[in-house]
Amino acid sequence: MNEPSETTTGRARFALGPQRGDVGERELVFDVYDLSVSYGGVQAVRDVTLPIRVREITALIGPSGCGKTTVLRCLNRMNDLIDGVRIEGQVRYHGVDLYHRGVDPVEVRRRIGMVFQKPNPFPKSVFENVAFGPRIAGFKGDMGALVEESLRKAALWDEVKDKLKDSAMTLSGGQQQRLCIARAIAVEPDVILMDEPCSALDPIATARIEDLMRELVADYTIVIVTHNMQQAARVSDRTAFFTVDVDEAGHRTGTVVEYDQTEVVFTNPRDKRTEDYVTGRFG
Amino acid sequence: MALADTRTTTDAVRRALTGRRRDLGGRLFESGLLLTLLIALATLIVLLAKIFGQGWSVFAERGTSFLTSPMSQAAGRAGIWQGIVGSLMLMAFVVVIAFPLGVGAAVYLEEYARDTRFTRFVNANIRNLAGVPSIVYGLLGLTIFVELLGFGRSVIAGGVTLAILVLPIVIITTAEALRAVPNSIREAGFGVGATKWEVVRSHVLPYAAPGIFTGTVLSISRALGETAPLLLVGAIQGTFFTGSQSLLERLQGLYTSLPTVIYTWSRQPNPDFQKLTAAAIMVLLVVLLMVNATAILLRNRYERKW
Repeated sequence: MNEPSETTTGRARFALGPQRGDVGERELVFDVYDLSVSYGGVQAVRDVTLPIRVREITALIGPSGCGKTTVLRCLNRMNDLIDGVRIEGQVRYHGVDLYHRGVDPVEVRRRIGMVFQKPNPFPKSVFENVAFGPRIAGFKGDMGALVEESLRKAALWDEVKDKLKDSAMTLSGGQQQRLCIARAIAVEPDVILMDEPCSALDPIATARIEDLMRELVADYTIVIVTHNMQQAARVSDRTAFFTVDVDEAGHRTGTVVEYDQTEVVFTNPRDKRTEDYVTGRFG
Repeated sequence: MALADTRTTTDAVRRALTGRRRDLGGRLFESGLLLTLLIALATLIVLLAKIFGQGWSVFAERGTSFLTSPMSQAAGRAGIWQGIVGSLMLMAFVVVIAFPLGVGAAVYLEEYARDTRFTRFVNANIRNLAGVPSIVYGLLGLTIFVELLGFGRSVIAGGVTLAILVLPIVIITTAEALRAVPNSIREAGFGVGATKWEVVRSHVLPYAAPGIFTGTVLSISRALGETAPLLLVGAIQGTFFTGSQSLLERLQGLYTSLPTVIYTWSRQPNPDFQKLTAAAIMVLLVVLLMVNATAILLRNRYERKW
């Protein structure tokens, strides 16, 4: 094995020392190292190195097609579902390479939950939506209590407590997305990945989800992909800024150009491209 | 000044907006389309009127005894009971064989198989198989089931042949129903740590079920109307005796089906048999309508909007 040593080369590369932070340097949950992803031979993401710390919100921002979602989906091996995907480099989760042979993606996803861009509740009752995950995980306790607790954590309980048997499709978009968060929480994950969770929601529903994220980060590590820079600035502790390089053949490859505490990325970025993007001068 | 301007603008706009452009080409096209529809409808109505006109007297004179009598050389006593029984047994074979095989193959192709050149080749060929003339399936049934496997000219051979005939249709409609389940639902399942089997069993299959059942019912109605392959694999075209046989004997014995009965009678010179033919067609049409109505009801009842 030619694994990198414990001192993460990633941090060195970005010259991001502990001395810089006032958040303090928490324990690493993910240590993404030199990750490159290609679909059917076309490289989508190149050399991404990204340390993600426990009980923080890490935001991945950048223009469309820069590979934010691709990287996010590598964190719980959701990319496995796509034919022809090829992953190089390492995604270490508490020190274990998720792409090491023998790692079961199902076990990975049980610990690393996901909330998707478009609310995708199962066309079943509100209760069944939340109960499905724990049930397949072999949960034997009081399912009613677990469902209630999950819905409470997702700030949805008061709105749905009288219609647990109704179809989830009858809920509003914002409620559906909070239901999806409750569904993710119900299996008691370690990490919650959110792929543009508010892009299909109105500003009020968005504000509710953002408040919710700030509450959840007390218990969970959260990684969020967002197009909305204000959102990243509002909710996240750290921000990774992606850009996209276009080669002569027109292939678009995403890379990380800046990764730091959110405040630094937004107020004092080191890279010109980051500055242009966060100040709205992106061409 | 300003007021006058407003008025002239209003007048100009009104002139521009009122009146209709003469769209002769469009009108002609629309009439042409209507004509094609009317021709199709008129043909159907003439056909139905002729059949009902001819066949109605049989039911008027004999009532339900036409349905419950066996085949006979005497037009006055001949009935379609054996045809009904034969068709029902054939349907049972189709459901028991084509449904599990077809659904299984479709689930494998859609949910499990990777998108390789081989699976694309298989998919394309299933679509081709659905278009192969049914007589070819009859030849296949004759060679393999009747002769090679020794089923003889029995309802088993006929049923298996019809099942193979509709198998591609069941696979295609099932695959389409599975494809209609959005990928986001699968991802939601995988996202909470479900295995592929748990996602397919708890989500994809239940949500696709209405489409799968509709497709299966429609394939049954297709099999119900088939004649050509059955003639090859031995449905009886004359009279035969079915006494007090056990089910097993009946499965291995002589059989016929509704379309075969219609075919047989339609070749009889005796004009009384022409009436019987029309009456039998009426029965077959009613049965087919009922089966198709079931499919439509199923679809409307469980149709899902994403």
